[in-house]
Amino acid sequence: MSRQTHADLKEVINESGIVIQPVYASEDVEASGGWDGIGKPGEFPFTRGIHELMYRQRPWTMRQYAGFGTPEETNERFRYLIANGQTGLNVAFDLPSQVGLDSDDPAALGEVGRVGMAVDTLKDFEIAFEGIDLARITVSLTINGPAVTLIAMYFAMAQKRGYDVRTLRGTAQNDILKEFIGRGTWVFPVEPSIKLVGDTILYCAEYAPLYSPVSVCGYHIRESGATPVQEMAYAFCIARAYIDHVLQRGLGIDEFASRLSFNFDIHGNLFEQVAKFRAARRLWAKLMKEQYHTEDPRSTWMRMIAGGGGGGLTIEQPENNIVRSAYYALISALSGTQTMALCSFDEAYTIPSEKAARISLRTMQILIEEMGLCDTVDPLAGSYYVETLTNQMEERIRATMNAVDQEGGIVRAIAEGRIQNVVSRQAYERLKKLESGEIRKVGMNCYRMEEEEDVQVGFHPFKEEDCATQIKRLEQVHAERDKERVGRLLEQLLADARAGRNVMPAVIESVKAYATVGELTRCFVEAYGKYQEPVCF
Amino acid sequence: MTSAVRILFAKPGLDGHDVGAKVVVRALMDAGFEVVYTGLRKTPEEIVRRVCDEDANVLGLSILSGSHVPICRRIGALLLENQREDVLWIVGGNIPQRDHAALYDIGVDAVFAVGTPLQTIVDFLRENVP
Repeated sequence: MSRQTHADLKEVINESGIVIQPVYASEDVEASGGWDGIGKPGEFPFTRGIHELMYRQRPWTMRQYAGFGTPEETNERFRYLIANGQTGLNVAFDLPSQVGLDSDDPAALGEVGRVGMAVDTLKDFEIAFEGIDLARITVSLTINGPAVTLIAMYFAMAQKRGYDVRTLRGTAQNDILKEFIGRGTWVFPVEPSIKLVGDTILYCAEYAPLYSPVSVCGYHIRESGATPVQEMAYAFCIARAYIDHVLQRGLGIDEFASRLSFNFDIHGNLFEQVAKFRAARRLWAKLMKEQYHTEDPRSTWMRMIAGGGGGGLTIEQPENNIVRSAYYALISALSGTQTMALCSFDEAYTIPSEKAARISLRTMQILIEEMGLCDTVDPLAGSYYVETLTNQMEERIRATMNAVDQEGGIVRAIAEGRIQNVVSRQAYERLKKLESGEIRKVGMNCYRMEEEEDVQVGFHPFKEEDCATQIKRLEQVHAERDKERVGRLLEQLLADARAGRNVMPAVIESVKAYATVGELTRCFVEAYGKYQEPVCF
Repeated sequence: MTSAVRILFAKPGLDGHDVGAKVVVRALMDAGFEVVYTGLRKTPEEIVRRVCDEDANVLGLSILSGSHVPICRRIGALLLENQREDVLWIVGGNIPQRDHAALYDIGVDAVFAVGTPLQTIVDFLRENVP
């Protein structure tokens, strides 16, 4: 079939800049790179999935982001989610914890326990995970700037509970480079921040070999304005920056690469997203083999959490977000994700209510139990459209990575604020198109109602008294701990940081002695300084 | 005369979500205003000092974490203390309707919650800059 012209049809171009044909055929797959890259599930280059049987063997892990107020309140929400069938936890920390401050720091004004759980010392971790079987429920910590401290607290808590860290599974987000692009919970300058990520990778390779110390995030880069192609390209460049750093410090690629994982975003065009993930999985496998000469197949796996993105949800007619999230979950399942999380429908307004969190969970469970998504692996494989798009996305992700490399690499581009500038410009252009109606968004710029009904969102009750409770507990810990011992351990930590040694052993000893998040942060600031944000437009 | 308008745009508190702040800064620049953007994580003290130092006639804040009331209460007190309550003060972000009155009481001149068209902000400034 020769390509027909359809002069009367409106041109369709997806967000990644690819022109979409009204009809696809076998020739399109061949012209875009052929059928050869598809392969079999569980085999290089893993286009169809990293495991042979995927969800037929085990459905994806369901891991809603949760945490607020005090560790007691968070523990209660964790138990609620587990009782409702959730199979993993993803801990949300409050902003003081995320930027390495104690709850009694003046800069924590109004923020203690607000967007996540407050953490000051190991004590808080002990309370938050009480009664949760860490061998059965894997835990993901959404922490970046002070990740070394909170990973250490998790290990220390698990050890105290009798778990062997060598067999402990779980993930830390710990991707500081993307924090400089979006999300913004950086603390230290770029280079020492990478060094700290390296410390966790080296430490885990030796002492916690099943733990995933880093989850490289395209998610927040996409939310900040990146296209789907840029999302994958920038995340891969960042992952390579960590890999290069760790290789320089003497570890072999197969000693740690299999424990790296990714966190990606889903909103927008269904087929573009599915092709994005299939293309990225293939490209990552090739890069790991070509550039790093991995021998362990697991080192080439792009393991991921792919979640329904907040950027696709609207504050207008919020119930529509339940429908959007269901489609995002479908996309995630069709893309061969390992773990799934969805933004809840009320999340544009507030911390998700119990009901909203439960609806997100039920959305995933409906896919598993009713829709047949687990019956067969990579069901869209072989579609002319999906395979063509997969080929095209792979080529574009690679080209975007090459462009970053040619302009001096991702670390420099981030340190100079260039990536930030590109994505924030795009976010502005996109909002203008949403406002003009050029990009259609249901309930926002089309299908508005004459008189919008009152928004039926129950606000999460923020408890001012949580801050006082948290400070009281912190004071109690201060009073009970061995002050001199903490002082000595922090001195050791500072010496290690200054000397460029791996800080993890000293961090673990310090948190076991109930040193606070803020105390450890101050040590690092003393050794490394603070990040100065480049503000450029 | 928009060219003489000097806007200090700040991200107070610990919230790191700056997509919206940067979008609004770009829109204001495109509309011809002179905008100084502070970057993330500025304390109320730093922000008010910058208002004084830059001799700003507009102060814009973007807050998404939910801590807008305590932060604005502190900034309002500092503006008063520094005799800069004349500054036209706008606040945007994730600000629920139920908190708007509290912010107006503190001295905020306009609240632009998520979903406000960019042109509404520009028009407000054109009409109200002292």
